[in-house]
Amino acid sequence: METKKLYTVIIFSENIAGLLNQITIIFTRRQLNIETLSVSPSAIAGIHKFTITTFSTEDTIDKVVKQIDKRVDILKAYYNTDEDLVYQEIALYKLSTDAFIKMGTSEEMIRRYDAKVLFMNETCVVLEKTGHYEETQQLFKELSDSIGVLQFIRSGRIAITKSKVERLSDMLTEMEKKMTKANE
Amino acid sequence: METITGSDALLRSLLNEGVDTIFGYPGGSVIPVYDRLYDYKDKIRHILVRHEQGATHAAQGYARVSGKVGVALVTSGPGATNTLTGIADALMDSTPIVVITGQVASPLLGTDAFQEIDVLGITQPITKWTYQIRKAEDVAWAVSRAFYIASTGRPGPVVLDFTKDAQIGSVDYKYEKIHFIRSYQPEPEIRQDRIIEAAKLINVAKKPFCLIGQGVILGHAEKELMEFLQKNDIPAGATTLGLSAVPSDFPQFKGMLGMHGNVGPNRKTNECDVLIAVGMRFDDRVTGDLNHYAKQAKVIHLDIDNSEIGKNVKVEVKVLGNAKKTLPAITQLLEERKRTKWNAEFEPDMKEETEKVINPELHPKTPYLKMGEVVNKVSEAVHGDAVLVTDVGQNQMMGVRYFKFKRTRSVVTSGGLGTMGFGLPAAIGAKVGAPDRTVCFFTGDGGLQMTIQEMGTIMQEHLNVKIILLDNTVLGMVRQWQDLFFHQRYSFTDLANPKFTEIAKAYGFGTREVSKREELDEAIKEMLDYDGPFLLIADVEKSDMVYPMIPAGKPVTNILMGDE
Repeated sequence: METKKLYTVIIFSENIAGLLNQITIIFTRRQLNIETLSVSPSAIAGIHKFTITTFSTEDTIDKVVKQIDKRVDILKAYYNTDEDLVYQEIALYKLSTDAFIKMGTSEEMIRRYDAKVLFMNETCVVLEKTGHYEETQQLFKELSDSIGVLQFIRSGRIAITKSKVERLSDMLTEMEKKMTKANE
Repeated sequence: METITGSDALLRSLLNEGVDTIFGYPGGSVIPVYDRLYDYKDKIRHILVRHEQGATHAAQGYARVSGKVGVALVTSGPGATNTLTGIADALMDSTPIVVITGQVASPLLGTDAFQEIDVLGITQPITKWTYQIRKAEDVAWAVSRAFYIASTGRPGPVVLDFTKDAQIGSVDYKYEKIHFIRSYQPEPEIRQDRIIEAAKLINVAKKPFCLIGQGVILGHAEKELMEFLQKNDIPAGATTLGLSAVPSDFPQFKGMLGMHGNVGPNRKTNECDVLIAVGMRFDDRVTGDLNHYAKQAKVIHLDIDNSEIGKNVKVEVKVLGNAKKTLPAITQLLEERKRTKWNAEFEPDMKEETEKVINPELHPKTPYLKMGEVVNKVSEAVHGDAVLVTDVGQNQMMGVRYFKFKRTRSVVTSGGLGTMGFGLPAAIGAKVGAPDRTVCFFTGDGGLQMTIQEMGTIMQEHLNVKIILLDNTVLGMVRQWQDLFFHQRYSFTDLANPKFTEIAKAYGFGTREVSKREELDEAIKEMLDYDGPFLLIADVEKSDMVYPMIPAGKPVTNILMGDE
């Protein structure tokens, strides 16, 4: 049996209602759980970018991505493993202000984790840390074990490929050429 | 520019797309469209079905024989949900249809209004594209896009969900045909290196074998395929939906693939050295156990859908593109060959199948009629020129096994989804789509009763459809599995049937029941000579089975011949 690995699927689509459903049903059919999901407008106006992580075999993820790529409103879909990517997640930690001050080592901890204080009032402190899953999880664990965490939230992964190829812009350039041809 | 309503815009857009036939059923949320349709009676033929499922299957039958996009028009809520089986069937079998569903007015969306259903949500998994038209000004754009998407690339079903306020809203009408969508590449660029690689592999092959899929028909590549097969003398088998792409008596054609296909094509799949698949998707009914499927062969896969290449079978050379272009490009590089010995290797298999299965089926010594015998007699009587429509089950497998074809687009059957009840409405669509051709619809007593109400549509439209009911009083294919694999425990497969001749008469059909061999020829002649719809009931034995059979999940070489 081929082993499962974490894959990052990156999808560019037109900004049309119902797109997320079109994508997730393809994961559902193959019984793939979505680990993280992040959706936002891309650098190009009118085009949305989905970043989805999931544990899968390469064989399955390859087929899933092809089936996503085939949907009419999807511009481009591809997958990568961690080695091909620069990627981050952002985590927020809500702590009790009293406990945070009494801890004493807070400044050192913030420096060590490269975190920052995002917000503070008399009742709570909100820390922010950007990093890989393991790093944000490590800070969560350390805080939980020491002063306790009131609320914790982590974003889905966002990622950028390291490669020389820019698949979306290449694809768009190619399609522009075709459009000119089609209109002639 | 002229200001018209959204409903008018819909009908004009359909005319702009060359639509002259709609299969439909009115209802509350689509009355404004039907009101306008009243004034288009001279331009658009509306065929009133008896159930919305029938509208979609009829649209499929129409599309399959004519090559045009089939259109269905229904109301919201239950009207829309009734179309789902037909839409799913069209997706599985790559049939271009556009289904227009009425929808409640947009301010009511999401409120569980009367006859409101989330059409987008429930049709997204079973369509190539789905769009909700909420404004009259979107109509022309959406219709043009729908037809472009349904008919190009790998064809498929498109749903347009049309809200009532958009139907009555007004718009300055202007139609622009869409030829381009930036996120959609219907015809991928052909890679010459792959063409060269494929040709090289075939030229050095000792035993090449070709699998013909429906992609050949959908791509209008029948001629190109025949030239390809002839030049290098490559034997070929067809999937069920690939049948009629080449004539049944084409020299290189060796028969049907798959579970109830011919022995030769199935066995040779596991003996060939190069397997060339054209516009087919290696469905499990074709491949059986993938772990024992063509492992010895190098596979060349020609397909227009990138997600199909390598999905089920490991592929050596991936040739992405329309077979109409990729096939001749390969043919050009092929050597002219005569593979007499290799082609002759199919003969012993055919001889064995003829002795063990075909002869007993077509020339039986039994007192009762056999299904294959009836199909063969009808096929002979129409000289292979008719359109074959089938339902699903034993009637389907007997139909595709024993009906002969001279022309392309002559098979209308539910392949991928295997929809019982598909046949009767699909036969309606086939007759409307090919009015000059004889349409022979083979069905069983189970499947016929799933959509039997469409006999009313045939009556109302005076459609000359020939229905041959192979009546064995059971759900025969399920019974066959119960017999072979479930210890003859015939769980709920017996049917108490009505007098079908009486039903036929009630609908004004010509009808005849036949159970004796000596009356069969004459009964078929009576059916074909009859000017109008005819129901011929052939009483066949309920224990009859379809052979050869590769049990599900078994290797393609594991072929049951019956009576062993």
